Amino acid sequence: MVKNKKTLIILTAVLALLPLITQTKAVLNAFILLLIFATLGEAWNLITGFAGQTSFGHAAFFGIGAYTSAVIFYRCGVTPWLGMILGGIIASVIAAVMSYPCFRLKGHYFAIATLAVAEIIKQVFVSWSYVEGATGISIPIIHRSSGFGRRLFYLQFSDKLPWVYICLALFTAVIFLSSYLENSKMGYYLKAIRESHEVAEAIGINPTNYKLYAMIISAFISALCGSIYAQYILYIDPFMMFSLDISMKIVLLTVLGGIGNIYGPIIGAAIFIPLSEFTRIKLGGSGTGIDLMIYGLLIVLITCFRPKGVIGIAEKAAEKFRGKKTGGGGSIEAAS
Amino acid sequence: MKPLLEVKNITMKFGSLVANENVSFAIHDNEIVSLIGPNGAGKTTLFNCITGFYRPLGGRVAYRGRDITGMACYEICKLGITRTFQIVKTLNEMTVEENVMTGAFLHTRSRKEAAAITEEILDLTALVRKKDIPGANLTIADRKRVEIARALATKPRILMLDECMAGLNRTEIKDVMNLCLRLKEQGLSLLIVEHIMEAIMPISDNVVVLNAGKKITEGMPQDVVNNEEVIKAYLGDRYHAKSKKS
Repeated sequence: MVKNKKTLIILTAVLALLPLITQTKAVLNAFILLLIFATLGEAWNLITGFAGQTSFGHAAFFGIGAYTSAVIFYRCGVTPWLGMILGGIIASVIAAVMSYPCFRLKGHYFAIATLAVAEIIKQVFVSWSYVEGATGISIPIIHRSSGFGRRLFYLQFSDKLPWVYICLALFTAVIFLSSYLENSKMGYYLKAIRESHEVAEAIGINPTNYKLYAMIISAFISALCGSIYAQYILYIDPFMMFSLDISMKIVLLTVLGGIGNIYGPIIGAAIFIPLSEFTRIKLGGSGTGIDLMIYGLLIVLITCFRPKGVIGIAEKAAEKFRGKKTGGGGSIEAAS
Repeated sequence: MKPLLEVKNITMKFGSLVANENVSFAIHDNEIVSLIGPNGAGKTTLFNCITGFYRPLGGRVAYRGRDITGMACYEICKLGITRTFQIVKTLNEMTVEENVMTGAFLHTRSRKEAAAITEEILDLTALVRKKDIPGANLTIADRKRVEIARALATKPRILMLDECMAGLNRTEIKDVMNLCLRLKEQGLSLLIVEHIMEAIMPISDNVVVLNAGKKITEGMPQDVVNNEEVIKAYLGDRYHAKSKKS
């Protein structure tokens, strides 16, 4: 566990120093999106990677977070910081209410249910006039000459660097939380539930409760990401925030990086987000979708050959390296 | 002496198939009770009824005088009754140590305490050397051992073993027998479902025999093996007659 902490601190430090290399807007933009999606991936990993309950509806929590902070800022002028917390709480409550009955379903059926729930929530937002329905909300811009304090309070910045550090702070908090959870009672229990429901029950675990805890935490984090994303792009509508596209992005980049591993989402995001951003920039309008084609190919290859994701490849390489060092002792041990 | 676990008139049916009919027996403190019977006698069903995996149609199960019939299995486990599975269910993507650790977290939140319990159990079940091997890579003997270790880590008063010796070789069976006796010494009670008579008879204090869902007899091992009903149940009428002649 100590070793884990060290790796995490190094990872965070490297990420924190990255923006110092280049200040190009496009690069920073990609970096911000990367961190937001890595955080979403961490959140999704808790419920799917650890607890084994596949959710295809995480865009719902992401969207609820975005809408809560945006609506109360738009309607009442309340700081998005408060909206963020409120959004987290609302998303958690909705997650709990929705998943409690859904947890009776197993495997694919649970996944389908989450997909349906997300779609229902999207439809609600499309036809809800208080939140401007399908038109979406343009978040009111504060005055150009506002000082940094006021900008921080209202979470609107004139350049991208503060966003990088806000997203990084959130990502760091979340990955430390994930690491802590993984090594705690809850982490062990969630993994036991993933591996076998019956064993979990036989050794005194109430699977529904633990899945619920994981879902609530996961929804809360996803909602925080949503709020930040909304403030960052300053415009939200239901088709964008609740889209299947976002749910799938979260799923796929975590699978690509390595599901059930706390480093999986950041690795997956580090491959996927720059790929999609830069193909979009380079190829312009004619090239939209190229990133998805490349990405699709990667996913197919990974799931076919290395189901544990990029992290699986890395682990295998490390094992080989270690095996060579000790004269293959490791593999004999494992075989016996 | 008041029994630790009392099973009274348990009846369980699947559709029209009667799996258990009016089965009653008791487990006392510090006692090894074995449950034997031919295939399909309803041993595993009875196991499931006691541990809360099934809710019996009739009868009751009492633990230390408290009615636990139909309670959720994780609650029954918290009270002190833990079972293993006949078809071993190793947590494949977790190492042996993690498998056991998961059980050890039952009565503690602290990782340190859980690790201490795990170490003790790994030592007791002779799994220390294998603690870093993933569940998926274990041999059947080791899987069965992990199954027992994981159950033991929950610190039960009654450990219920469902055919934990089937498929093991002689040495391995001997190991499990010794482990059972050691656990009894430590104050546990055991309920063992087993087919291997030479393993189960020497260690049992009481043997309950099931056939076609009914309890046909109960008693000390030597009495049970000479019981006519039992021989008939195992060998059938024809062979039974032969054994009588000789």
